[in-house]
Amino acid sequence: MIRSNKIGSFFIEIGELTYFTRRFFKELFSRPFEFKELLRQCYSIGNRSLMLVCVTGFIIGLVITLQTRPTLEEFGAESWMPSMVSISIIREIGPVIIALTFAGRIASGIGAELGSMRVTEQIDAMEVSGTNPFKFLVVTRILAATLMLPLLVILGDAIALYGSYIIENIKGDVSFQLYFNKVFKALKFSDIIPATIKTYFFGFAIGLVGCFKGFYCDKGTVGVGLAANSAVVFSSMLLFIIDFIAVFVTDIFMKFK
Amino acid sequence: MMDPIENIQGKVETISSGKRMLEIKNIKKAFGNKHVLNGFNLELYEGENVVIMGKSGSGKSVMIKCLVGLMQPDSGSIKIMDKDIATLNQKDLDDLRTEIGFLFQGSALYDSMTVRENLEFPLRRHKHKFGDVVDTNQLVEEALENVGLLHTIELMPAELSGGMQRRVALARALILRPKIILYDEPTSGLDPITAKEIVDLMRRVQRLYQTSSIIITHDIDCARVVSERIVLLVDGVDYARGTFEELAASDDGKIQAFFK
Ligand SMILES: Nc1ncnc2c1ncn2[C@@H]1O[C@H](COP(=O)(O)OP(=O)(O)O)[C@@H](O)[C@H]1O
Ligand SMILES: [Mg+2]
Repeated sequence: MIRSNKIGSFFIEIGELTYFTRRFFKELFSRPFEFKELLRQCYSIGNRSLMLVCVTGFIIGLVITLQTRPTLEEFGAESWMPSMVSISIIREIGPVIIALTFAGRIASGIGAELGSMRVTEQIDAMEVSGTNPFKFLVVTRILAATLMLPLLVILGDAIALYGSYIIENIKGDVSFQLYFNKVFKALKFSDIIPATIKTYFFGFAIGLVGCFKGFYCDKGTVGVGLAANSAVVFSSMLLFIIDFIAVFVTDIFMKFK
Repeated sequence: MMDPIENIQGKVETISSGKRMLEIKNIKKAFGNKHVLNGFNLELYEGENVVIMGKSGSGKSVMIKCLVGLMQPDSGSIKIMDKDIATLNQKDLDDLRTEIGFLFQGSALYDSMTVRENLEFPLRRHKHKFGDVVDTNQLVEEALENVGLLHTIELMPAELSGGMQRRVALARALILRPKIILYDEPTSGLDPITAKEIVDLMRRVQRLYQTSSIIITHDIDCARVVSERIVLLVDGVDYARGTFEELAASDDGKIQAFFK
């Protein structure tokens, strides 16, 4: 009845997600804490996206350098390459693209996994055997995603910079030492810290949406596919919103300095 | 129209004399405007096997989930071993649940864990039920031995056949030595021979651990073999109750429909 209205159902969804988030924080700080499962999830989530992040990072580095170089050459400014590329990768492109690939891999994975556990009554089975499934499944996965994405982004950024160095080395004969000297000269803490903080929020959003969609998956075989799919769509959308807010807030802080 | 039911109920009272393990009184449950249960009643006495029969979608799973607190009924009361489950806090509810084994409709084994980890799972919070010094491995192996599947202990559930999964799920439901076992369609989706194996196993368990059980089933053979008493769930109420023979002999059309 209410759900037939598209806009209405969007706001209902936001409300339910808010409630879910509140429950996460409530259960996060109550005992017992599922530490072993958290480690297992960190390993599994990190391990599943490691290869993807490395490849994506490397390609970002190559492509951005290849695309930007001709323009800067025109102005005779190719010596700016390292600083320009590193700032754009560290501040924006690295975190966002790696978070998007992470969302594609992890949000859908979590959505499908929890969704099928819901449909096949595994979540009910946990509950009757005295383990709080929210704590065991949801809290650990959200935390793991929040903790792992920043690490993966740092790794991805480093690989992207290395990719960029390779192109510079081939095209402009820039040595490793010179390249990274320039990079570190250009980068300030005010580039790195806000970018890293925002990746925690990205990771949190991805874990949260994946768990939310999976945990409340509809019964039936289509439910699981739908949960996985909408987890990716919804979390990617959320990433851009968070990114916008993060850039906005950072901008305000920079003015005050 | 109400006559046959009352006759049958009258007889039941004389059959069951033991301690009352659980009692469901007049529970109602609706999803939106879809009324699934409209005042369902059930009692289970010690050592008894009660079979619940009802059409698919008639609310049997909803009823059994209300019973263990996985769903809350809109009204009515549920007492397990004289405790009203609506008034229990989480810890007491969890403790009470250790007295209840639940075999889910599709086995519901955790598919990311091995058979061993599946069986260990209920023990992680409730080991204290067996005292301070308890060997988890021994409990797990013993439970698997009882269902004849000790050799699968390190396998993943996906590597087992449907019947084996059902047996492992039964072992998991029994690992805390519950007094009451709830079976949600224990033979559904299995071929007749495997189904018969499961039924035999259920009877063995009943004798071994002296449990009381509620068995939801479509399988008329299973109902005949295991039931001391049958309750028919029709239109959200306990439409009729009695022994297999009594119900099979009834001339009520709705009852007859189950025995064709
Ligand atoms: N969580 C739920 N939300 C909405 N409807 C439900 C839910 N669970 C069960 N139902 C509905 O209740 C009815 C009874 O379901 P169920 O108890 O699973 O039937 P069965 O007797 O086959 O086990 C079905 O029509 C089902 O659609
Ligand atoms: Mg059912």
